[in-house]
Amino acid sequence: MNFSIDEKGYSVLVYEYTVQIHVSTGDGVPIYLQIANQVKQLVASGRLAPGDEVPPIRTLAHQLLVNPNTVARAYLELERDGVVQKRHGSGTYISDTGSPLARKERVKILAERIDALLAEARNLRVEPLELLRMIKERSQNIQPQEEK
Amino acid sequence: MNMPNESSAVEVSGLSRRFGDKLALNQVSLNVRRGRVFGLVGANGAGKTTLIKHLLGRLKAESGTVRVFGFDPVIDPVAVLSRIGYLSENRDLPGWMRVDELIRYTAAFYPQWDSGYAEELRKQFALEPRTKIKSLSRGEKAKAGLLIALAYRPDLLLLDEPSSGLDPVVRRDILEAIIRTVADEGRTVLFSSHLLEEVERVADDLAMMFDGRIVLAGALDDVREKHCRLVFRFDSPQLSAPKVPGVLSITGQGLEWTAVCNGRRAEATAGAAKLGARLVSEDSPSLDDIFVAWAGAKSE
Repeated sequence: MNFSIDEKGYSVLVYEYTVQIHVSTGDGVPIYLQIANQVKQLVASGRLAPGDEVPPIRTLAHQLLVNPNTVARAYLELERDGVVQKRHGSGTYISDTGSPLARKERVKILAERIDALLAEARNLRVEPLELLRMIKERSQNIQPQEEK
Repeated sequence: MNMPNESSAVEVSGLSRRFGDKLALNQVSLNVRRGRVFGLVGANGAGKTTLIKHLLGRLKAESGTVRVFGFDPVIDPVAVLSRIGYLSENRDLPGWMRVDELIRYTAAFYPQWDSGYAEELRKQFALEPRTKIKSLSRGEKAKAGLLIALAYRPDLLLLDEPSSGLDPVVRRDILEAIIRTVADEGRTVLFSSHLLEEVERVADDLAMMFDGRIVLAGALDDVREKHCRLVFRFDSPQLSAPKVPGVLSITGQGLEWTAVCNGRRAEATAGAAKLGARLVSEDSPSLDDIFVAWAGAKSE
């Protein structure tokens, strides 16, 4: 939400959907899944909090220039996973149970990255133990920068 | 099955059409459901425009049947044409008219013409009322054509290559119009395109045409889910494309070959194993990859 000034100079409350979702075509991931995954990541990173409203289907469809049915399918997927819930006649909101699920989602996101990394390492003939040592080493390199 | 289907906007069955020696349409069957966006994909000359002309009654079916909202467009042109908003690929608009004249002229044909909506679109598309059609840019002509196709709120919006040769800003306007047509009004859209990116964004269903035939049709999500891309690694370099059963196309060289298949993954991996290859990676192909794979498949 944010404040803005209307033509008459009065301060009015303007409701905005601030979430930024981007879709790209031409890579193998279906658009509905791209939308669902990004909402999950926004929840996992705390940029969407329990009780936040996600944009109405039509609004997001116009914004992303995608078929409204695609957005509807993404929301259905999110609802089934317990990430969002519909409220009677008012809209779709991030579930209150968002946080435990968010942790599960964080783990899932990382697990996918780790799998990809392991596959890459295997192709380059790097043993898992050696990989682990490299991760520790990199982690020590990165830490001081993150703290400042 | 000759009963008109209430849930269908367009039903084409066994449609064939010959121009001289060339079979322009070969046993085409197609079902466009109401309230859906249907993308018709194919290279130039695949038969998309010929098919669309049959829906408008500008061509008569040589064999097979064509029904639009249950009517034969050749026998009941009024019942069909009064419900179709059509944007042709060549945007054949009268060049001597001004924008406001074109709007008034078209409005006269349609009792359900929505002047408010027409004016809203004119402003949104930044079309100057007094400009002559012939001095409009290519993109402006497309917008003018789109305006007169939309402003009577047709039940079926029929767009033949709507974004062909247009810049990204105008293409965006066209996509927006498609989305608005289905989102706010629950109408049906059928559009042909060779831009897979657009089809992927807005279509619920799609059909791919090659050489007058529809080789693949279905819900976009199903089509995507059924196709897979497999990378095989052979023990020894293959001098020509290996014949793996169950794949649409296979490309590569030497040891590694990439195959695209449609639902026959198990058959393909088993077949490749017999040829001494193992599956090294697998993912989902994009719509572009699927199109290219089918284009390769039909030429074999």
